Amino acid sequence: MKEPGIDDLKRLLKEALPPAHGAELGRDLWPAMLQRLDQRAMRVPWWDWALLATLAAALFLFPGIIPALLYHL
Amino acid sequence: MELLERFAAGDVDAFEALFRQHQGEVYRWIMRIVRNTAVAEDLTLETFWRAHRAHARFDPAKGNCGAWLRRIATNAAIDHLRHARREVPLPDDLPATAQQPPGEQIELRREILRAMNKLSPRIRAVVLLALVEEEPYQRIAEALGISENAVKVRVFRGVRILRKTLSQAGVHP
Repeated sequence: MKEPGIDDLKRLLKEALPPAHGAELGRDLWPAMLQRLDQRAMRVPWWDWALLATLAAALFLFPGIIPALLYHL
Repeated sequence: MELLERFAAGDVDAFEALFRQHQGEVYRWIMRIVRNTAVAEDLTLETFWRAHRAHARFDPAKGNCGAWLRRIATNAAIDHLRHARREVPLPDDLPATAQQPPGEQIELRREILRAMNKLSPRIRAVVLLALVEEEPYQRIAEALGISENAVKVRVFRGVRILRKTLSQAGVHP
């Protein structure tokens, strides 16, 4: 499925975007990784916030369920 | 217990060892797709974060951690291209070619970058890896989780779109 003249396009692309295979990582990223692991571990997932918001809305709209909830707790 | 087995079991020391072993390789792979050092560093961290979260799904018996990480890295890079599509044009902070191009070449370069930005992230990633970086189709297929034929189809589509966009801009490769 090779198009005719694909080499010309390849040459043009390489002139505009020099290949990156020589790019090297300039620093050790492990300290940044540790930081990210700590941050993400502390972050409350959005689902938990959504659940909390739903519960708050339900209590606000139907205050009658509060005694029932307290009884079951 | 082997390093990969310990990683799959959630051992943080094993994760650190794998991180140190593969960070350079993952960074270089991402760099080939996003072509921006700061973004590539951030996506390297994102790749390992995703790998850390998915450690239980990693099968140490298959053993090819590099290929698994490359696949996660490719997905992270494509996600980035997708989100950055409208905001940021294809960045390129790699060193320029030997001599500073004259005005006409700068314009040509701009047209090519513009044409590249018109490609969908999935096709752009394949075009960059196959045509600019000249990665073997089999390696690209593995990194994208598709067949070699699907890679060829994406290259073919990418070339057609690039040709069309460039010829509309008066460039005829």
